[in-house]
Amino acid sequence: MSTMGSRHPMTGNEMSGEAPGGIERRQYDVVVIGAGGSGLRAAIAAHEAGANVAVVCKSLLGKAHTVMAEGGAAAAMGNLYPEDNWQVHFRDTMRGGKMLNNWRMAQLHAQEAPERVMELEDWGALFDRTADGLISQRDFGGHRYARLAHIGDRTGLEMIRTLQQRLVALGIDVFMECTVTDLLLSRSEAGDNAIAGAFAYWRESGRFIVFDAPSVVLATGGFGKAWKVTSNSWEYTGDGHALALRAGATLINMEFVQFHPTGMVWPPSVKGLLVTESVRGDGGILKNSEGKRFMFDHIPEYFRKETAESIEEADRWYDDKKNNRRPPELLPRDEVARAINAEIKAGRGSPHGGVFLDIASRRTPEFIRKRLPSMYHQFKELADVDITAEPMEIGPTCHYAMGGIEVDPETELSVVPGLYAVGECSGGMHGSNRLGGNSLSDLIVFGRRAGDAAASYAAGLASRPQISDDDVAAAQASALAPFEVEGAENPYTIQQDLQQAMNDLVGIIREGAELERALEEVDRLKERAARMSVEGNRQYNPGWHLAIDLRNMLLVGECVAKAALAREESRGGHTRNDHPGPNPEWGSKNLVLRLNAEGTGVDMTEQAIPAMPDELKKFFEE
Amino acid sequence: MSTGYQLKMRVWRGDADSGALGDYAVEVSEGEVVLDALHRLQATQAGDLAIRWNCKAGKCGSCSAEINGKPRLLCMTRLSDFDPAETITVTPMRAFPVIRDLVTDVSYNYEKARELPGVELGPRDADGKRRMMQVDVERGQEFRKCIECFLCQDTCHVVRDHDDNKPAFAGPRFFLRYAELDMHPLDIRDRRDTARDAAGIGLCNITKCCTEVCPEGIKITDNAIIPMKERVADRKHDPLVWLGNKIGLRNKDNDGRTAT
Ligand SMILES: Cc1cc2nc3c(=O)[nH]c(=O)nc-3n(C[C@H](O)[C@H](O)[C@H](O)COP(=O)(O)OP(=O)(O)OC[C@H]3O[C@@H](n4cnc5c(N)ncnc54)[C@H](O)[C@@H]3O)c2cc1C
Ligand code: SF4
Ligand code: SF4
Ligand code: FES
Repeated sequence: MSTMGSRHPMTGNEMSGEAPGGIERRQYDVVVIGAGGSGLRAAIAAHEAGANVAVVCKSLLGKAHTVMAEGGAAAAMGNLYPEDNWQVHFRDTMRGGKMLNNWRMAQLHAQEAPERVMELEDWGALFDRTADGLISQRDFGGHRYARLAHIGDRTGLEMIRTLQQRLVALGIDVFMECTVTDLLLSRSEAGDNAIAGAFAYWRESGRFIVFDAPSVVLATGGFGKAWKVTSNSWEYTGDGHALALRAGATLINMEFVQFHPTGMVWPPSVKGLLVTESVRGDGGILKNSEGKRFMFDHIPEYFRKETAESIEEADRWYDDKKNNRRPPELLPRDEVARAINAEIKAGRGSPHGGVFLDIASRRTPEFIRKRLPSMYHQFKELADVDITAEPMEIGPTCHYAMGGIEVDPETELSVVPGLYAVGECSGGMHGSNRLGGNSLSDLIVFGRRAGDAAASYAAGLASRPQISDDDVAAAQASALAPFEVEGAENPYTIQQDLQQAMNDLVGIIREGAELERALEEVDRLKERAARMSVEGNRQYNPGWHLAIDLRNMLLVGECVAKAALAREESRGGHTRNDHPGPNPEWGSKNLVLRLNAEGTGVDMTEQAIPAMPDELKKFFEE
Repeated sequence: MSTGYQLKMRVWRGDADSGALGDYAVEVSEGEVVLDALHRLQATQAGDLAIRWNCKAGKCGSCSAEINGKPRLLCMTRLSDFDPAETITVTPMRAFPVIRDLVTDVSYNYEKARELPGVELGPRDADGKRRMMQVDVERGQEFRKCIECFLCQDTCHVVRDHDDNKPAFAGPRFFLRYAELDMHPLDIRDRRDTARDAAGIGLCNITKCCTEVCPEGIKITDNAIIPMKERVADRKHDPLVWLGNKIGLRNKDNDGRTAT
C-alpha cells in the first residue's frame, strides 16, 4: 500500500505518506545515490541522455565530501607545459598506483579529464588563470608536470557548486537528507538478480521511501570514518561499499587505504583535519625536530631517477622544471606518509607528535595568503597558528579509499545488472595508491560515463524489474531493529572502539598478527552491534542513523583487514612490516571480496589483473 | 590556556510544535570548538540530540546555529572565545522553521536558488578553450567562496523579523549570486530585471548585518549588493535602455547581454 505525501520540490523536506505505515514510492529510470562530484555528474549525464533521474543524498545538496577537496583536479590540458598530454598523465597514474590500476580506467581518465574540466568552465566554474587567460595548473605529488586545475585551495567547493547549479538549472529531482539503507533486487528463478530500486529513510521524519528504478548509480564516497584519525566527515561510513556487497557485487583493492601525509595534529579536536598537498606543491618543505629536511633520506629506488638529489636542485625545480628534478616532498603520498611515520617513530617528531611543515620561511606572507587562503584561515581559527610566520605541525591521517566496487571500465557497471558505481566508492582506477588531484577528475570522467550507461540500460529494457513486498518489509525491519532493543550499549561507544581498533591495528604500517587481532575485534564488535539500542524516536535521530551506518562500517572494516592480512607484500597504500617491499607475484593480482553465503561476513578470492596492451606497455620501458 | 573543565551549556531541544532550553554540563578540553562540546553531549548524555554538520572544518556550511544569540558556525566557534565560567547558549537559526533541536528547514534557500537564471556563456574560442584574465575572474571568485551556510539569510532583518517578506526576497546569499553572474566575464544574460522583481533587491537597505556574520569574510554588501543595486537602478531609470529593449536593440548599458 503506498501513499504519496507532498514533498518540497527541491529539498524533499516534508513528511512522506500520511497513512500509518504508509511508505512513499517514487518511480525513476535512474536513481543516483550520492550528491558529490561523481553523483552529480552522473545525474547530469543520465538526464541529458533522456532518463528520468533522481539524486538521493544523506546531507543537504552542496555539502557532500567533495566540497572539502582543496588542491585541484588533474587534467593534462597542457596550458602551462605543452609537453604534457594524456600519455604522460597515464604513466604517472599507473606508476603512482604501483601498476595495480585497471589500465583501461587510467587511460580513459587521462584522455577525458581535460574536456570534463573545461565543461565545468562552460557551466560557470571560475578556475584560476594562467598569464594568457587559460585555466591555470598547479604542481602536485607524483605528477610530472603542473597539471591540477584549481581555484585557490577550494577546488572541491567550486566543483560541487558548479555541478549543483547545473543540476538545478536542468530541474533534476533531489532527495536531500534521505539515506539509502538497502538496494532492492528483482529475483529470477534462474538466480540472476537485477537491480529494481532502493530503500531509504528521510532523516527529517524517519519515514521510509522506496525508489523503483532499473538503474542505480552508487556514488557514496569512502569509508575513512572507520578510523580514529581521519580527514573524512561523518558521511564516510562505506555505505555504498556495503550496499553493493549485500546486493551481490564485488569489491577490489580494499587493502589499499591512503594515509595523507599531512593532517593537523593539534589541537586534539581537529586531529586528522587535512592540510592540502598544495602547501608542498607551492614550496612548503618537511622538517624534523632537528631542523633537518628529512625527505632526502627517504627517496625510494623506484622514484630515484625522477627525484632531486640535493636541496639546491629541489629548490631550482619550482622555477625551472626542465633542467631539475622534483623535490622529494612531492613524492607520491604513500612514500611521504611512511617517511613522516618513520621520523616520528625515531624520536624526531614535533611537540604534538607530528613533524614540521614549513612554508613561512620559504614564501612571502602575501603569496601564502593568496595561494592558500583556506589553510591560512584553518590554522588561524582552529590552532592559533599563523602559517605565514611559523611552521605547521602535521602527521599522517586516513584520507582516501582506493578500494571499492569492481566495475567495467567503460560503463562503470558492477557484476549486478543495473548497478553502477562511481567516485571514491568504486575500485580499480587508482590501484594501490591514488595521486593527488586524480580523484576530482575521476569523479567527472566516470560520473559522465556511468550516467550515460545507466540511462541507456534503463531505456533498453523490455519490462521494468519488480520489487517484492517481502524485500521491502525486510528492509524496513532491518532499519528499525535498533529500536527493538532496550537498555543495551549505545552505537557511539561501539563506533569509538571500531575507530580505535582500525587506527591501532589496520593503520599505516601493518603486521600479520595485528591484522588477525583486528579481524577478531571486528567480530566482537559485530556481536555488540547486533545488540545495541538507541534512544528517542525516528525524527532526525543521529543515534539511530549511526546505528544503521555502523553495520556498514563493520563490514567494510572486515574487508580491509581481511585483504590486508592476505596480501603479503608492501605496495602503495598497504605496508606490511613483516613483508617489506613489493612482490612481483602479488603485483599481478587483485583480491576480490564478496558477501558470504550466510550474509554475515565476506569471502575473498584472488583474480589476475587485466593485461595491458603492448602499445601502452611501451610507456613503462626504460 | 586552560585544559579540561566542565562547560555549562543551554541547548534548545524541541520540534516544530514546542521546545525549551535544556541545561547541561559537559567536560571539554583545550582547543575545542562548540561542536565538540555538542558531540560529547550526544555521545554521553543526549544520543538523539539533532545537529546538522558534515566537515567540521568550516568548509561545508552545514552547522549553522546561533550561539548566545549570534548566527555562527558551530565548528568554527572556539570555546576559548568564552570565559570558562560562562554558560553558552545554543539555539537553532531563527529565520527558518525548526525541524528538531538545532536543525532547521532551510528549503527557502533552495527554492530561491531555483528562481535564479543560471549561467549562460557564449561559444568557446576557436581552439576549444576559453580565455579570461585573472583580474576579471577575481571578483566572481570572492563570491564563489560562499559555503551556503545561510547565516547571512538568517541574520538579514528583512526576513528575520518579517517572515511574510520571504516570497518577495531572495536574500543576501542570492544577491551575491546575481552579482557573481553579472560580473562573470563571459556570461551573456541580463538578470537585472529578475534581481529587482523576483529577487527583491530593492528591499535591502544596506545595513551590512549580512557581511558581519559571513564566515568566509565575503564583503556581501559593499562588493556585491551595492554594485548590483546600482546596475539595477541604472537600467530602471535610463530611457535609452527601455527603448533598446522595446525595439530589440542592444546598447551600451546592456553590455551585449540578453535579457531574461
Ligand atoms: C579534505 C579533503 C581534501 C581533498 N582534496 C582533494 C583534491 O584536492 N583533489 C582530489 O582529486 N581529491 C581530493 N580529495 C578526495 C576527493 O575529494 C574525494 O575522493 C571525492 O570528493 C569523493 O567524491 P564522491 O563523488 O565519490 O563522493 P562524495 O563527494 O563524498 O559524496 C558522497 C555522497 O554520497 C552520499 N551518501 C553516502 N551514503 C549514502 C546513503 N547511504 N544514502 C544516500 N546518500 C549517501 C553523501 O550524502 C554524499 O552526497 C580530498 C578529500 C578530502 C577529505
Ligand atoms: S545589507 Fe541588505 S541583505 Fe544584508 S542584512 Fe542588511 S538588508 Fe539584509
Ligand atoms: S555569503 Fe557568507 S554568510 Fe551568506 S551563505 Fe555564503 S558563506 Fe554563508
Ligand atoms: S560542519 Fe562544515 S561548516 Fe561546520
